[in-house]
Amino acid sequence: MIRQPDLQPSDPSYETGGGPGGKPVGIRAARIRLALRGLRESWSIFVESKIGVIGLAVIAVFALMAISHPVLMATIWDEATYDPVTGYAFDQTEQPAPPSWKHPLGTDPLGRDVLSQLLSSTSSEFILGIVAAVVTVTIATTIGAVAAYYGGIADTLIMRLADLVVSLPSLSLLIVLSALFELNLFMLAILIGVLGGFGGSAIIFKSQALGVTVKPYIEAARVAGGGRFHIILVHIIPNLLPLSFLYMMFAVTGAIFSEAILSYLGLLNIRMSWGIMIHTANTAGYLLGGAKYWWLIVPAGASITLLCSTFYLVGRALDEVANPRLRRR
Amino acid sequence: MMTASNAPNNPLGGGHSTALVRVERLTKLFPVTRGLFRPPSAHVHAVDDVSFELFEGESFGLVGESGCGKTTIGKLLVKLMEPTGGRILFRDSGEPSPAIDGGFRDIVDTKGKGLKEFRRRAQMIFQDPYESMNPRRTIFDTVAEPLVVQGIGDSLERLERVGKLLELVGLSPASTMLFRYPHELSGGQRQRVAIARALVIEPTFVVADEPTSMLDMSFSTTIMNLMSGLARQLGVTYLYITHDLAVARYMCQRIAVMYLGKIVELAETEELLSNPLHPYTRALLSAVPSPDPASKREPVDILGDVSTPVNPHPRCRFHDRCPMAVQQCYDDPHPPMEDHGGGHLVACYRA
Amino acid sequence: MMEPILQVSGLSLRYDTRQGEVRAVEDVSFDVLPGQVMGLVGESGSGKTSVAMSLMRLLPDNARIAGGQVLFRGEDLLSMGPDEVRSYRWNRISMIFQAAMNSLDPVYRVGDQIMEAMEAHDPGVTTQAAQERIRDLFELVGLDPRLAQRYPHEYSGGMRQRAVIAMSLACQPDLVIADEPTTALDVIVQDRILRRLKDIQRDLQMSMIYITHDLAVVAEVTDRVGVMYAGKLVEAGSTADVFNSPVHPYTSALLSVFPSIRGPKRELATLAGEPPNLIDPPHGCRFHPRCPYATDPCLTEEPPIVDRDGHWAACWNPLPVSAGPPGAGLAAGPGNQQG
Repeated sequence: MIRQPDLQPSDPSYETGGGPGGKPVGIRAARIRLALRGLRESWSIFVESKIGVIGLAVIAVFALMAISHPVLMATIWDEATYDPVTGYAFDQTEQPAPPSWKHPLGTDPLGRDVLSQLLSSTSSEFILGIVAAVVTVTIATTIGAVAAYYGGIADTLIMRLADLVVSLPSLSLLIVLSALFELNLFMLAILIGVLGGFGGSAIIFKSQALGVTVKPYIEAARVAGGGRFHIILVHIIPNLLPLSFLYMMFAVTGAIFSEAILSYLGLLNIRMSWGIMIHTANTAGYLLGGAKYWWLIVPAGASITLLCSTFYLVGRALDEVANPRLRRR
Repeated sequence: MMTASNAPNNPLGGGHSTALVRVERLTKLFPVTRGLFRPPSAHVHAVDDVSFELFEGESFGLVGESGCGKTTIGKLLVKLMEPTGGRILFRDSGEPSPAIDGGFRDIVDTKGKGLKEFRRRAQMIFQDPYESMNPRRTIFDTVAEPLVVQGIGDSLERLERVGKLLELVGLSPASTMLFRYPHELSGGQRQRVAIARALVIEPTFVVADEPTSMLDMSFSTTIMNLMSGLARQLGVTYLYITHDLAVARYMCQRIAVMYLGKIVELAETEELLSNPLHPYTRALLSAVPSPDPASKREPVDILGDVSTPVNPHPRCRFHDRCPMAVQQCYDDPHPPMEDHGGGHLVACYRA
Repeated sequence: MMEPILQVSGLSLRYDTRQGEVRAVEDVSFDVLPGQVMGLVGESGSGKTSVAMSLMRLLPDNARIAGGQVLFRGEDLLSMGPDEVRSYRWNRISMIFQAAMNSLDPVYRVGDQIMEAMEAHDPGVTTQAAQERIRDLFELVGLDPRLAQRYPHEYSGGMRQRAVIAMSLACQPDLVIADEPTTALDVIVQDRILRRLKDIQRDLQMSMIYITHDLAVVAEVTDRVGVMYAGKLVEAGSTADVFNSPVHPYTSALLSVFPSIRGPKRELATLAGEPPNLIDPPHGCRFHPRCPYATDPCLTEEPPIVDRDGHWAACWNPLPVSAGPPGAGLAAGPGNQQG
């Protein structure tokens, strides 16, 4: 190469900027520093919105609840009395029993400890919500980006499929499917995720991706010789990620609600969940009993409402991180 | 590969200059759609039967108002678009040859591996330094992208190469720039990064689409000087697209003036400015405000507004605004480009 | 002696941002005489638009006037209440915005928008009188009056800018602030609009503040000019004086980096460096890090005012008086009427 002029070799260490403390570091360390700095900045914006912090605190409480169940079972709770499915409170003469020192949230009509049921269900609600959300967002981001960049037939097919999924009443569809097949928690999560991913969110991700595909940096990547795969993976999808995180939060909410309704209708092959707790109270005839048997309904119902709204709040706070225009200044 | 010393001494297109790019009867039509499954009723003639040559090592200016088709030509030449008709001939790297097809390759139908190879030789610098960089990628990632997608070097070699280029475009020390994001840089610095990205794979030909029009004047002069210096140093040929004749004067050896998809005048820069022959060029020149409070300009004497190039009549595109138009301009087809001496080409019956 | 129509003195403006307080405008003072065009020229971020927005009291929520006075015919605009502001904005001071497309509402006919503006400020105006006025305004700016019945998207860029100029004149203001009104337009269209604007200004004896980054436009349109750098007014004077014999090194640098198609081709100078971060501006003269003439006092102390017959600059090392083109500096323009 004759045309390359003589140049001084560049310094082997790199600064990442961001203040006077930027010491020279190596290439991999530089990337790690950048990622950490990005996280720090996002975090400082996130904590400014009170709803986000409150939401995160509530999620942390639920996470503690999920962890506490196996711990309690291993230490102070014996399996015969406290197992959420097979246990029986022999110390109570009448079932369901109101709250007492031994059973802080009372027992259900089948003599099982309500607190134990509540705590043991928490982890499955988390798993369900997060699996469904990850599936939804992965599908929606990928097909949204593909539809937007490829256009033409791929776009038409994906969008017509999305129209079809949106026009189906998804809850009724879930009810029919769960009546036909014995769905377990994991299958349900995938199903909810697939329905969400090919439906409404695909349309939203595609329109967002369309905004990215017209940017000059996409043309710059093409002039550089970048293929479709490179452009979608390196340029389009990373610019959809903020939206993806946001949608994950909202998808968690939707998944937990769907599960609660299906369990309440007794359609799922799940041993225990908040929906099943309400279902049990209902089939035993206590749901219409009013406030007298509140401990059969309130803990599970409140948990469903609280966890769902919390993920929604965290989503709203993340929205402010991702969209600078929503910030107050 | 050619060295900078092989650049022509005579940018006028005399005997010593060798053509790098030959554009022949290039045409790009955009259909005006009437809805799904219906054939388009009309076409916008964005670029209409345009021919010109770029000489090795020169900066060739394409000047015109918005919508005249200058950016479309730029995008056609780097294959961001496919032409409707015509040929774009690039001289193959290797021995220059005077024969039209010997030594030249038509890139219009180039695909796959050939296209990827072509991308190493032809690059583009975009107008908007804010939008032409992915906001989520560092400066290193942005500049190294052509090396990565072309599979050149390993990551350490790329790092060294990118560092050298950043120093070359005046972003030094490079080590403080590599791992920053575009939003941490000023507009002028970003455009330097864009230049580094375009030059990192050592192209022979660069389309520069208004690279300074969004920058403040003090930055824009610096970028112009930088680009001219790099062209001399690296032997790059520029197609320099701009709406600003003053910028073209300082950047280009030759200038082509476009109006509604046609080149109406093409000449060596100072010749074009001092002796404009096409009435549109004259209007364009007299419309540029003068930075001297004492000077008085000629009034601009053209009529009306730019019409849209949708299915235009085959006559002269400028006839309806021309102060000198005669019956011939209405009756005859668009005037051919004729040499008025010294490579000063004009498409006008009245020149 | 003419009484100035607008007197800006010591205007300072701050923006609160996440990174800190941006000192966007610092101690800016200038006068506008009746019938005069005052230019404000500077690069992006120099504070010229912020000055205009404070005159119109159209500042965003995070902006704060940190000091100064703006007297419009003797009344202080900065201490007015919201109702008073509404009554003088558009009626007495109006503005032509940079992005014409954004200042026209796409869902209403252009004529109706202008009529709405007139009715808002003069509820007694009859529809017929308003329509007649719109017809006159359209003719004034060189638009076919029938276009008033069309929507903004049916207009070309130049037509839209004319419509916005017509709107700014609707309430017969005493002062019009034009913020880069032709920046997005092609030169031929720009030429027509500038000529039309200048004619209107001369015919109506209107005062005007013309904001732009384009020195050539300033040279053609304005009588007096102020040069802004990093939030400060660094030089002001009659346009001919400032262009022919700049006092501040920044003004001189701006003039020498400006390429022109006329005259012999000269080397373009370059201005090294970047404008400062206004959260923590340089001490002393804000231009000193980029100034080729900077000396010790420039680094620490506010530069003094150098006054040459009403053409002043804030600089420790003012450039010597240059001869300039013969007679150009003394050209009897409207700018010299300040006398």
